[in-house]
Formats: sequence, structure tokens, C-alpha cells
Amino acid sequence: MTKLLEAPVADHPTRTGRGPRRGSGGGAPAGSGRRRPLAAALGLLTSPKYGPVTVTGLLFVAIFVIGGFRYRGFFSGQVFLNLFVDNAYLIVLAVGMTFVILTGGIDLSVGAVVALSGMIAASLLQTGWSPGVVIPLILVLTSILGLLVGLMIHVFKVQPFIATLAAMFLARGLCYVISQSSISITDPTFIQLAVSRIPLGGGLSITPSVIIALVVVALAVWVLHGTRFGRTVYAIGGGEQSGLLMGLPVARTKVLVYVISGFCSGLAGVLFTFYTLSGYPLTAIGTELDAIAAVVIGGTLLTGGYGFVLGSVLGVLVLGVIQTIITFEGTLSSWWTKIFIGALLLVFIILQKVLTARRR
Amino acid sequence: MSALAKMASSRLFWPVVMLLVLFAINLVAFPGFFEITVRDGQLFGSLIDILRNGAPTLIIAVGMTLVIATRGIDLSVGAVAAISGAVACSIILGSPAPGSLATVAVAITVALLISLVLGVWNGFLVAALGIQPIIATLILMTAGRGVAMLITEGQILTVNSPPFKFLGSGFWFGIPVAVIIAAVVFGLAALVTRRTALGMFIESVGINPEASRQAGVRARGLLFAVYTFCALCAAIAGLILTANTAAADANNTGLFIELDAILAVVIGGTSLAGGRYSLVGTLVGALVIQTLVTTVYTVGIPPIATMVFKAAVVTIVCLLQSPTTAEALSGFRRRLAVRSGKGVAAS
Repeated sequence: MTKLLEAPVADHPTRTGRGPRRGSGGGAPAGSGRRRPLAAALGLLTSPKYGPVTVTGLLFVAIFVIGGFRYRGFFSGQVFLNLFVDNAYLIVLAVGMTFVILTGGIDLSVGAVVALSGMIAASLLQTGWSPGVVIPLILVLTSILGLLVGLMIHVFKVQPFIATLAAMFLARGLCYVISQSSISITDPTFIQLAVSRIPLGGGLSITPSVIIALVVVALAVWVLHGTRFGRTVYAIGGGEQSGLLMGLPVARTKVLVYVISGFCSGLAGVLFTFYTLSGYPLTAIGTELDAIAAVVIGGTLLTGGYGFVLGSVLGVLVLGVIQTIITFEGTLSSWWTKIFIGALLLVFIILQKVLTARRR
Repeated sequence: MSALAKMASSRLFWPVVMLLVLFAINLVAFPGFFEITVRDGQLFGSLIDILRNGAPTLIIAVGMTLVIATRGIDLSVGAVAAISGAVACSIILGSPAPGSLATVAVAITVALLISLVLGVWNGFLVAALGIQPIIATLILMTAGRGVAMLITEGQILTVNSPPFKFLGSGFWFGIPVAVIIAAVVFGLAALVTRRTALGMFIESVGINPEASRQAGVRARGLLFAVYTFCALCAAIAGLILTANTAAADANNTGLFIELDAILAVVIGGTSLAGGRYSLVGTLVGALVIQTLVTTVYTVGIPPIATMVFKAAVVTIVCLLQSPTTAEALSGFRRRLAVRSGKGVAAS
């Protein structure tokens, strides 16, 4: 319940700078004014709500600075912007995943849905459909898939793990049914969107995908912190029973969360095709793990109730910067990425554990 | 009627029905489906193929059943299978006599020992640190394939070692070795957990960890044991898979096998919420999955569409087992009974 009351008030978070214990008696005495910044920093680091996000932010800065000292040409604006360019689809995926995980669920189908929407796009464009029809169609289809998964979870009480697993099989299987081999996209609009760069001045540029991803992030932040729906999402994660007793629309919210994840997966799939300009049934295998890892590293509690969309974005950036470092290093093989991500996951999960244990 | 109702309420009812339906479809598409022939003293036939190809999944599913019974889950089995295959192959490749029995014995022993370490690691995260199992094993799932790649140095290791290959495609007394291994693992697990109190302890931890702790069940040790056993099962399955193709592929050995194993357990009626488990159910579940794959082949559907059918079967079985469906069905039955009662009264 405390989580519920606390979660949506993200607008004025650190002002009081209180530690992990609530209601520690009428505020600090006036004499301790000098120790406030330190206490505030400590409170920030040790609160289960902000601690992991703060650590992730610091970690990202640290890795980026270390990379800057180690490799020539690393410390540039474009390297930073490329993190967004290369991971725009992952950001969108992580946003959807954040909604699901905040309610205490999980969505294993996102990677397969990315591949499926790529396949749908490529095959329909090949037969001469207009992109203006194809893209909305994909978003509607993937949202419907999310709706079905949500209904299965809520109405039939199937565990999210199993329901989304079934959706993953379905989506991956449909990919193969559409085509077994790669289909390249020659549609001029898609190519235009893929190659065009938006200059930011100073020789820096981003792609349209980045703008789309950032819009999605902004929308998600608004929905989670500015609407009743967002409040209910946090409430379900904090305690579904309590949410139900409070008269919150638990059923609708729980189903909608999977619709959002489906929609985000579809959109991520479209962004991914902008990036690769092809549809391939084996693409994006294991992307669901990347998305989950990004969300966890971004400080969202897997049991639900705590977490931020912006944290997940930071998580994606951390994954991206590790990838970039491994590319810059040159001698390190790509499989080190997996080991690093595993190690990072471990660190953050233990951190979460410690922080929530202190809380109780 | 009441006998039928009793059967229908059994957790094994729907999985067995599903298996029989699949068998029937196979029989229609391929009349010789149930035929088993003896060639050169070895058994051949579709059923034998199902058993042999389903063996790795079944072995992992047995370990997974016990993990799930403690309200846990082990996502890392695929990665552990890949690691054990990679370890065994690299030892065999590195030895001067890849064909000798001693080399293979060493390779298998080392691979199994490493899997024990990995299992203890999972157990440590879950039991000692108290991390949610799905996340704790996600770590090894992600990092494990990287480790396997590290062992194989990114290559696909092909070995030419008859004793090792025997593990995957050999026959013993006319029965495929993989099937025998699966039967032994299944039998041991059933014996140890069902003939002793161990199975009950596992279930009690799954139903209520706190209560079972207060009743004197050593939950922590139990969790360690269960995760270690599951990793061991995964390693055995990994060795069979690797031996079958005589190649260790860090990327693809045991890919998605964790999902198949979990599916087998769920189809078999063991709830992911922990508690009561059924090893026989898991056996039926694993057979359903493997038969489904075979059916897709025999009916002539392109094998790539298998996943769509898997999705359909999972969905159907889950919906049939769902409490909502059970409620609706029992409500329907009651209404039916009331109506027929009225009918009797009227006449």
C-alpha cells in the first residue's frame, strides 16, 4: 500500500531527501543542515525506488568516461548519439516491457513479435502495398496479439510466462510460414526513412527512428506518471489484491499492459526494419532477454511496483555502451557482451535485493 | 458417468487425451505409425523415434519438474547443456586419443562436474541470496552461452569419437542409448522423491516455504539440491544432443530447450505456482511435445510451421486446465444435471 501511495508522486521526488525509512519523526533537526546533501545523496542511493536508477546513471557515465580515456574518438557526441541510433528499437521494446514488469508480469514474446512485424512489413511491401497501410496494419495486429495474451493471462489465469511463451512460439512460427528466407525491402519510403539523417548541428545527426523512440518514451512517462491508468499500473505491481479492494480497474489495466507491450513490439519491429531494410525469420532471437535485462538494469523491480521508464532507457544505453566498448576494443569477441550483461544483471539484482531487504 | 467425471477431473486427463489425439492423427496420416520393426537387433519405428528424439527434453523436464515444484524455474538449462557439450567436445578434441573410452569417460565426468558447479551457483542465488528464480537463472542463461562460446572459441567443434557418438545414436540391447539414459534419470528421480519423504518436502517448500521451514524442513539445502539436480539433467541432455550431431555448437545446442522442458512440465499438469508435481505428467507432456513435432512431419506440414502448432497446443492445454474453464464446465454440468432432473420429474 505504501508503494501505491508513493509511486506516482515522482514530480517532487528528492526534495525532502529522506532516507529509506518513512516518517522518521517530524523532519530532521535544524542543526543538521550541513549534513543534508550527503544524507540526501545517501538516501537517493539506498532507496529502493531511486537507488538502482541512480547507480545505473552513475555506471553509464563511468563506462562512458572510461571508454573516453581508453579509446581515441570514443568521447564524441556522435558515439553517444549512435547509442540511440543503434538501439532505437530496443528502447521502444524496453518501454513496453517496463509497463508489463511494473505490474509484476513478464513478456517473452517481444523478440518474436519484432521478427514477425519485420516479416509482415517485408512481404506486404514486396507485393506492392503502400507503407502508409502496412505500418498501421502491423501496429494493429501486434496490439491484437497483445490483447489476446492479456485476456489469456487475466481471464484464464494462465501465468504470464506461459501465455507470452505461447505468443512467442506463435509469432516465431508465423515468421517461418510467411517465408523461410530473408526478404529485402525496396520500398522507397522505407529506404528514405532508413538512410535519412536529421542533422543536429556540429556534424552530429540522428535518424527518424530516434525521434520516434523518444516520442514513445515521453508518452510512456506521461502515461505512467500523469494518468490514472499509470497509477493503477503501479498499484497492481504493489499489490493486486489491494488495488482490487480499492476499486481500481485491475482487469482492464492488466490486459491493457500487454496490449501496450504488443504495440511497442510492433513499433520496435518497424524501427528494426528501418535499420536492417529486410525481414528475416531468425532475426531478433533473444531480444526479449535484452529488453528484460535493460529494464532490470534500469532499476525496475521484477516483482513489480517500483521502476521508471527513463531507468529502462538508461538500461538500454548501458547495454549499448558495453557493445560499443567491445567494438572499440577490437580484440574482445562479441560473446563477451553476453557475459558482461550477465554479470551486470547479477550486480543489479543483488543491489535490488539489498535495497529492498533494508526496506523491510 | 461418475467414473468418466473422475477421470476428467484428473490432472493427467487432458494431456493424455491430447497425446491420444496426436497418435490418432498420425495413424490416419501414416498407417504404419505403431509398427516397430527389429533390424540388426535394433528397434526401429516412429514410436522409437519419438522416444529417442524426446529423450533430452524429457531428461531436462524431469529436473525442471522438481525445480518448479519448489515454486522455482530454471531458465539456464539450455545454456548449461551448451556448456557441457562444449566442455566434453573440447576435452575430446584436445586429447591425443579422441576415440578411446578413457578420454570420453574423462570428458563426460568433467562436463558433469562443471554442471554441478553451475547448479550450485543457481542454488546459491536462489536459496542463499533469495533472488527470484526466474531472474537468478536468467543470469546464467544470458552469460552461459557466452561462456560456452568462450570454451569453443566461437567455433563449432566437430569430434570424431565413436564412444562419444554412441551416447547419442548408439543402441543397447536394441534400445537407443538416449532412451535408456532418460529412463534411468526418470526412474531415479521417481524412486528418490516418491519412495522417500523427499518429494513431500519439495512440495511443502513449494506450497509454503515459511510454514515448511517452521515444520523443520531444511528448505535451503533442498533448493540447492533441486537446482543442482536440474543442472545435472541439463548437462546429460547436452551431452546426448552434442553426441547425436558429434558437434558442439555453443549457439544452437539446446536452444529453446528450456521452453520445451517448461512446457512439458506445464502440459503435464504441474502448476508453475509450485507445490504438487507429477513426474508421470511430465513424461506425458514431453511425449506430447515430441509427438507433435513428429506429427507435423508425418502429416506433411512444412516442419518450419511446428512452432505455430506448439503455440496452439500450449494455448489449448492451458485454457483447458485453467480454473475459469473448470468453473464454466462444472457450471454447465450442474445446469445439465438440473435440467435432466427436471425432465425426470416431469415424466
